[in-house]
Amino acid sequence: MTDATMTAAPLKPATGPIQWLRDNLFASPFHALVTVLIAWFLFMSLPGLLDWLLFDAVFHANNVRECRAAGSGACWAFIGEKHRLILFGLYPYDEQWRPMLVVLLLLAMVGVSCMRRFWTKWLAPMWAATLVLVGILMWGGVLGLTYVENAKWGGLPLTMILAFVAIAVAMPLGVLLALGRRSDLPAIRAICTIYIELVRGVPAVSLLFMASVMLPLLLPEGMSIDKLLRAQIALIVYASAYLAEVVRGGLQSLSKGQYEAADALGLSYWQKQRLVILPQALRITIPPLVNTIITVFKDTSLVVIIGLYDLMNAAKASIVDPAWRGSSIEAYAFVSVIYFAFCYFMSKYSQGIERRLAKAQQR
Amino acid sequence: MADAAPQADTAPMIILDKVNKWYGDFHVLTDINLNVARGERIVICGPSGSGKSTMIRCINRLEEHQAGRIVVDGVELTNDVRQVEAVRRKVGMVFQHFNLFPHLTILENLTLAPIWVRKTPKAEAEATAMKYLERVRIPEQANKYPGQLSGGQQQRVAIARALCVNPSIMLFDEPTSALDPEMVAEVLDVMIKLADESNVTMLCVTHEMGFARSVADRVIFMDRGQIVEQNTPDEFFNHPQNERTKLFLSQILDH
Repeated sequence: MTDATMTAAPLKPATGPIQWLRDNLFASPFHALVTVLIAWFLFMSLPGLLDWLLFDAVFHANNVRECRAAGSGACWAFIGEKHRLILFGLYPYDEQWRPMLVVLLLLAMVGVSCMRRFWTKWLAPMWAATLVLVGILMWGGVLGLTYVENAKWGGLPLTMILAFVAIAVAMPLGVLLALGRRSDLPAIRAICTIYIELVRGVPAVSLLFMASVMLPLLLPEGMSIDKLLRAQIALIVYASAYLAEVVRGGLQSLSKGQYEAADALGLSYWQKQRLVILPQALRITIPPLVNTIITVFKDTSLVVIIGLYDLMNAAKASIVDPAWRGSSIEAYAFVSVIYFAFCYFMSKYSQGIERRLAKAQQR
Repeated sequence: MADAAPQADTAPMIILDKVNKWYGDFHVLTDINLNVARGERIVICGPSGSGKSTMIRCINRLEEHQAGRIVVDGVELTNDVRQVEAVRRKVGMVFQHFNLFPHLTILENLTLAPIWVRKTPKAEAEATAMKYLERVRIPEQANKYPGQLSGGQQQRVAIARALCVNPSIMLFDEPTSALDPEMVAEVLDVMIKLADESNVTMLCVTHEMGFARSVADRVIFMDRGQIVEQNTPDEFFNHPQNERTKLFLSQILDH
């Protein structure tokens, strides 16, 4: 082995494009075959895709017939016509600056929350203020804003509100459930286990359906919760069970010694969890946690089954218009790009956190 | 602690009275009777599985005993959480595998309990922590993470961490058996220095017989969950009485 490298190394000091090709694309017959197959596949599919997306696409048209006549590609004119319906649902057209502002506000807060230098005691009050502001903007009825009932909310702001609130409430709830499932107290352990298993054992769709149809039956006469809140509760219930199991995995991966050291130092149960156990367990579980959070974000689209017009359902509604019938690919491509942007950001951000944590501990 | 009657200097620091413990059907501790005087240094040895670790882990209730009484500095260990917390405030513990908190710096490891359990102001807790880090001779590592230290350094940090809450009792559970051979001495040095310079009561489970000879007031030999023999180090090593003790000593001393 050493002999071979010693004789071979001085022979080929070559670098450059040809060497790069040889190292990376044609290192072995099998690599070469895969490279050729992929190149062939790209050659066959890419031109068609680009034609559809750009070169043959139609950007200005008044209806789908004009669109199809003008070019064989995507009808982006449809998005130009319907993007406000997709983005804001049935929210009154003239008031749509309000949900727009809500989207920008929430995005700005996410941006701020992701930056370390804003991780101070002001972050929580800022979020609380933001949520109040979001409520004022969406509902109105004060400060000269016209009242808009939440049955008319829709599109991206609805998706964002559902997802953010679901994750923000389900995360601490999930941590408590995970701790409860490992509790020494049999009653608490049983309750948490039953909750997690029941919720996890049914499809999210049926949870939403039950929240929508059955919850009103369980409530006392005359009391009702609106549809949006019911959907929100169902999403929280659903997300918390999954997050709980992810967190429990992290808790189990810690050695018994960590618990014993914390006990021996005299930390109380909650101090032990907050200062010693959870910081480590949550750090270990960043990848599966983010995975679950991304799933929850996308699964907000299931509220379609109880008739809320979130981003996905608004897209579906936009293609009902007879003038634009047959534009479903464009509609779904448009919302897919939005969903992807959010999920890709979450994924990248979590990778960043992981890198930073790894760097901090191993110099 | 107001609930604990003030203890005369002559009262034992730790009383184990007919302590019994089972793991399922396995009888780990059988009728353990042991009084530890204030400031006494005890080394506990015995074959693996003899219950020696279990015994000292019962003293700060990392393990629960099922019969008998354990009284630590006048506070009896019962199911009452407050009693357990009161005992744990008096007892520091050093583990075989160090059990430092890997997500906290060395300094944060040391100040965690003083700040949260004792409510010491942060600056004061850090000053105390630095004092103990100097005593274990690694003040320069204060801002590193445990993963960046060698085993010997980590165990010295663990000793400093236990001392930071100013315990009157220190429990050592095989503090050197997970260390590479060249690091054993640095940890034992720290422990010997601690014994020389303070009047803390020490119970140490170890097979380091040199340490036992130089520090211990009493050596206890345990086997099959029982205290088989106890004596001063001189008598213990030179004139062991029990056959099992003789066998054990011949196994660990004659290589």
